[in-house]
Amino acid sequence: MNDAPIYLDNNATTACDPAVVSAMLPFFTEQFGNPSSMHSFGNKVGFALKEARAKVQALLGAEHDSEIVFTSCGTESDSTAILSALKAQPERNQIITTAVEHPAILTLCEYLEKEGYAITRLGVDKRGRLDMDEYKAALGPRTAIVSAMWANNESGTIFPVEQMAELAHAAGAQFHTDAVQAVGKIAIDLKKTKIDMLSLSGHKLHAPKGVGVLYLRRGTRYRPLLRGGHQERGRRAGTENAASIVGLGVACEQAQQQMAFENTAVKRLRDRLEAGILAQVPRCFPTGDVTNRLPNTSNIAFEFIEGEAILLLLNKAGIAASSGSACTSGSLEPSHVMRAMGIPYTAAHGTTRFSLSRYNTESEIDRVIAAVPPIIAQLRKISPYWGEKGPVEKPEDAFAPAYA
Amino acid sequence: MWDYSEKVREHFFNPRNAGLLDGANGVGDVGSIKCGDALRLMLKVDPDSEKIVEAGFQTFGCGSAIASSSALTEIIKGKTLDEALKVSNQDIADYLDGLPPEKMHCSVMGREALQAAVANYRGEVWKDDHEEGALICKCFAVDAVLIEEVVRVNSLTTVEQVAHFTKAGGGCASCHEGIEEILAKVSKEACTAPTAATKPTPASVAAAAPAAAPKLTNFQRIRKIEETVEAIRPMLQRDHGDIEIVEIDGKNIYVNLKGACVGCMMEAATLNGIQTKLVEALGEFVRLLPAAMLGKAQ
Ligand SMILES: Cc1ncc(COP(=O)(O)O)c(C=O)c1O
Ligand code: FES
Repeated sequence: MNDAPIYLDNNATTACDPAVVSAMLPFFTEQFGNPSSMHSFGNKVGFALKEARAKVQALLGAEHDSEIVFTSCGTESDSTAILSALKAQPERNQIITTAVEHPAILTLCEYLEKEGYAITRLGVDKRGRLDMDEYKAALGPRTAIVSAMWANNESGTIFPVEQMAELAHAAGAQFHTDAVQAVGKIAIDLKKTKIDMLSLSGHKLHAPKGVGVLYLRRGTRYRPLLRGGHQERGRRAGTENAASIVGLGVACEQAQQQMAFENTAVKRLRDRLEAGILAQVPRCFPTGDVTNRLPNTSNIAFEFIEGEAILLLLNKAGIAASSGSACTSGSLEPSHVMRAMGIPYTAAHGTTRFSLSRYNTESEIDRVIAAVPPIIAQLRKISPYWGEKGPVEKPEDAFAPAYA
Repeated sequence: MWDYSEKVREHFFNPRNAGLLDGANGVGDVGSIKCGDALRLMLKVDPDSEKIVEAGFQTFGCGSAIASSSALTEIIKGKTLDEALKVSNQDIADYLDGLPPEKMHCSVMGREALQAAVANYRGEVWKDDHEEGALICKCFAVDAVLIEEVVRVNSLTTVEQVAHFTKAGGGCASCHEGIEEILAKVSKEACTAPTAATKPTPASVAAAAPAAAPKLTNFQRIRKIEETVEAIRPMLQRDHGDIEIVEIDGKNIYVNLKGACVGCMMEAATLNGIQTKLVEALGEFVRLLPAAMLGKAQ
């Protein structure tokens, strides 16, 4: 029996593609020059960056290569976009975002709220979908920027960002999307949209960690976050992370070639995994908008048990996944995404995310389908909410601890 | 991934005494489904000897919650109820070779379940006053509820004072923004409250206190010093330290810091914090000095 570890946590980060690694290596050794330098050492690196920029441009469908600004990560791109919109339009003080964004957006917005900005967080229904009427009503003359993620990192749910961008523009506001999870899995053609800014992060698409992109539509009013040298045309100062940018270029090229594969073969494996688990395990359900989500993501809520315990047992069985439980984050509340969808606490703590990549195989998926049911059963056996055959009658009443 | 000890892992993968315990005559349910931790502790107590013959648990919770529950049942089996009640959450954590600071509440939950189960056996009602907030200081495992309460009760206004009273912020300093936010929140409340028009500064509190306090007799004063120090000891013991009073000489109080307190980076801060409390309790200025200085200080 093959028991090599199985990696199903690709929404957290991905393995670097071997072709990405080999393209990067020369930039640590002979190609060490500074792309800004006049001599040939720098010149070659400059050309390599140009090539990488063109590959990112192609994957995003950007009209101009100068719309691609390299950054250090998705988080930096998110912060840059929002802070720029506020600085560039001082007469506007409202940010519209959603309740299910990544902390890269939400934590920044909480901070800006304390600084006096008005933050509108759009809620979602129980399948994780936005209410477009609520969105339209929130837009106004004071809206500086709307920031909505293209796809959710936990549930994979896809937001109608192209339509949202049109509406934002009609209100005179800028539109930003955190597409960190979407790039490479969903076909994107930015020149056909009204999206002003988009964030992507290399390590979610088989490029290295610590490199990202801010797409900045030509003509969008902009104020840099980092000022200094003239790198990235003065829009993001700091000597370029040349090796990683070259790696990101290769990764984008590959993502474009693999897009169809992601949406057929990977999707089929994901569906097989989900169906296999749902068929065997009682009292569990998939979360999010299952008919409109990323092809690689399945997030299943296992009722009456806690996610960290599931992950530890999965890990022992050689399976890597992640959870929305409070405990895995060190916070007191389970995932804000699950709570926003109104998933009850008894299930939210037990949500487990399986996120696949093009490297996963059918035999791996079959091993996971076999491993999960006994793990769930083992934890339910010691759960106070679970009886001999199933959940205790009215679990909230049967077990009512002294503080709640 | 959490940095769990081998012992925690072992108790999680092979929990002892898990599952329903038949014939249990003391049951304690604690925790909160909202926070993702809930524990039912079941005891079978021999009525004649009050010895815990068997213990069992059911836990909804993470790896360390399950391991803490398992450890607790192992620790208390064979003990009398009174002996068992002496088990502290630190004992549970020690048994497991330590828990990450974010997970110390799992051991607290174990200790509370024990109190609840014993109360249940004895036919008493167990009331919990425990409230838990978001973890602010990871170096010393201090949460927001505790910091806020200490800030409010003692009218603290600076991060340094918070560190003296709770230790929070006295390590790597990365939690200072969070502490400052709590200070700002409490001071804002104080400012808008109709009765408290001005924000009390530490100096004005210290100056006002002696006038308010009635004069103590020598005996009352010593008792008061003892009581104050006694109230602080559990906090030090939680961190494997302790303190004892060696001599009281006028305004100089000589103490011995013991265990982990000795040479700890917090030693000076700890003495400072205790001194502040004594000043408040006595309504006069006193100095807290290490016993080593006995006979040397003026
Ligand atoms: C939706 C989303 N936005 C932003 C980020 C942050 O990206 P980075 O880790 O590159 O800062 C992530 C990754 O965790 C993400 O999933
Ligand atoms: S986290 Fe508070 S001092 Fe380190």
